[in-house]
Amino acid sequence: MDLMYLLELGVNGALSGLMYSLVAMGIVLIYKSSSVPNLAQGALTMVGAYVVLAFADGAGLPMWAAIPLAMITMMGLGLTIERVALRRLAGRPIVMILMMTLGLDIFLRAVTLVIGGGTARPLKIGVSDAPLFLGPLLLNRAYVVGAVVALLLFAVFVFFFRTRRGVVLRAIADDYMASWAVGISVERGVAFSWALSSLVATAAGVLWGSIQGVDQSLSLLLLKGITVAVLGGMDSLGGAILAGIGLGVFEAVASGVLDPMLGGGSRDLVVALVLILTIMIRPHGLFGRHDIERL
Amino acid sequence: MLFRQAGIRHTDYASDRALFPIPADRAMIVALLAFGLLAPVLVSSLALSSYLTPWLVWTSATLGLNLIIGWAGQFHFGYAAVMAIGAYTTVHGVRAGIPWEIAVVLGGLMSTVIGVVFAFAALRVKGLYLALSTLALQFVMDWVISHVPAISGGVGATLQAPAMRLLGQPIKSEVGLYYVALAWALLVTLFMLNLRRTALGRALVAVREKDYAAAVIGVQAFRYKLVAFATSSFIGGVSGAVLIFTFYHAVTPEQFAVNVSIELLAMVIVGGLASIIGSWFGAAFILLMPGQINALIAWIAKLLGADIGIETLAHLPHAVYGALIVGFLLVEPMGLGKLYANVRNYLLVWPFGYARK
Repeated sequence: MDLMYLLELGVNGALSGLMYSLVAMGIVLIYKSSSVPNLAQGALTMVGAYVVLAFADGAGLPMWAAIPLAMITMMGLGLTIERVALRRLAGRPIVMILMMTLGLDIFLRAVTLVIGGGTARPLKIGVSDAPLFLGPLLLNRAYVVGAVVALLLFAVFVFFFRTRRGVVLRAIADDYMASWAVGISVERGVAFSWALSSLVATAAGVLWGSIQGVDQSLSLLLLKGITVAVLGGMDSLGGAILAGIGLGVFEAVASGVLDPMLGGGSRDLVVALVLILTIMIRPHGLFGRHDIERL
Repeated sequence: MLFRQAGIRHTDYASDRALFPIPADRAMIVALLAFGLLAPVLVSSLALSSYLTPWLVWTSATLGLNLIIGWAGQFHFGYAAVMAIGAYTTVHGVRAGIPWEIAVVLGGLMSTVIGVVFAFAALRVKGLYLALSTLALQFVMDWVISHVPAISGGVGATLQAPAMRLLGQPIKSEVGLYYVALAWALLVTLFMLNLRRTALGRALVAVREKDYAAAVIGVQAFRYKLVAFATSSFIGGVSGAVLIFTFYHAVTPEQFAVNVSIELLAMVIVGGLASIIGSWFGAAFILLMPGQINALIAWIAKLLGADIGIETLAHLPHAVYGALIVGFLLVEPMGLGKLYANVRNYLLVWPFGYARK
């Protein structure tokens, strides 16, 4: 186990971690505005990839047209979910809200498989498989693209939250009662955050789909996404990015070290342990707000 | 009319605190018990072994989970892992030659120990974070069970459960196994019915409603959360063991994966939080309904001459199952138990609907 190998694991881990951040950013966007922990984000990611495939393979559109079209469709789906399912649960106990997002997760996954079929399909976005050499390091080109997209989206969000609409969303995140009092339409803001989150989910679905193929396993990104979101603080986008890098590096290095010892399959274990330790030691995450109720 | 209350006067404390003060309820319970006891004669052996037995076992597990979520108000997203601990402990115990009755109690106790580990998460965080930490613990448990050869017998292995022997008598027939499941379900139901009127049950409800307020009136929230997790884990562990011995007859880690935890949660939610009859309904609904609706859809498609692919039919039950959860949360968040209570409340005063309910 030489240092170079660990460094390579770490750098590739950081890149894939930034792609986990894509899933986590979707969770954070919704949690910030409405305090709904969206456990259906994994399913949304999967649906996003399937919709892109439907436009690209089914309708025969080129990829540059299919992805924006899919994003618009997914924004519609996000708005529908918020309007039909989540808005009526506002103010209900959190067990109902969690169960609703879990139910949506099961429903979306199954309906996608009914319509799209369960066999894994490739999604080509024109990134070559050839590895990228950075000095002595061997990088996965698809991961580099994914990480760049994640950072770009984050930059877009940073600018967006400076605009008028972004300020409205920040106000809702800060105190929705006060926002109501000054005439902000909280419903519209929450709906908008669902649309944004679905857009991010589509991006995540396309990037992960291009790496591992489009099938049901895309929805398993939920565990990674939620871990990154909790680690970074459920309401911090910047936290999601940094936690994504951190979790990616840790997961890659730890499973690289542990796998030979334990006989493989330790990735999910590492992620679950990170989630437990975060909640036990610092439940508000790295950059979250300190208003978590505990006993 | 049906649930006539006229002439029921409580002249002593015992009758006031009776589980079923209304004669109609008592008659219904007796009828249901009679059906339960005579079911092997009344229904076909296929229905007995593939519907009734699993329903009874899942009901016991649902009641155990409802104890934590419905009564104590704590989340548990890793209940299947707790059941797995009980199941594996019992199977290993019986294989090592311990009598079944003792092994099953040992399984329950082992689950209690592990369940208390889950409870330590509950002692630190609440709400969403408790849900996520129990979910993560489920993943860890899954991994440990499937990757430690001493527990699961190796990755991907199936462990055969030995034949059940109760008090030295081998129980092999479907009828015998059904009675074991029935006895366990009745025992858990009786426990839950009585829990409502004991100090423990009331303390749990106090903790659920507001733990600070409970602490103010002298209920130690810490202690009762631990007790709730321990008790419910015991029920879950024994239910897991009973499930293996009466229904699956072999144990693999996949039988207790994370989706099973979510299915149990769905049973609790669809049945109704803190509702005992709801838990019976919820388990039946989630267990049977997706398959039935799927059969219905297939039948309609055949009738219309439409061709539904094998793959579509394979995924449809899951879609139906997800839609059921979403639909129930939107239409009747308190679940089937509340629907039953509505009907019963209506009949309590029928035909004088204007009377006070």
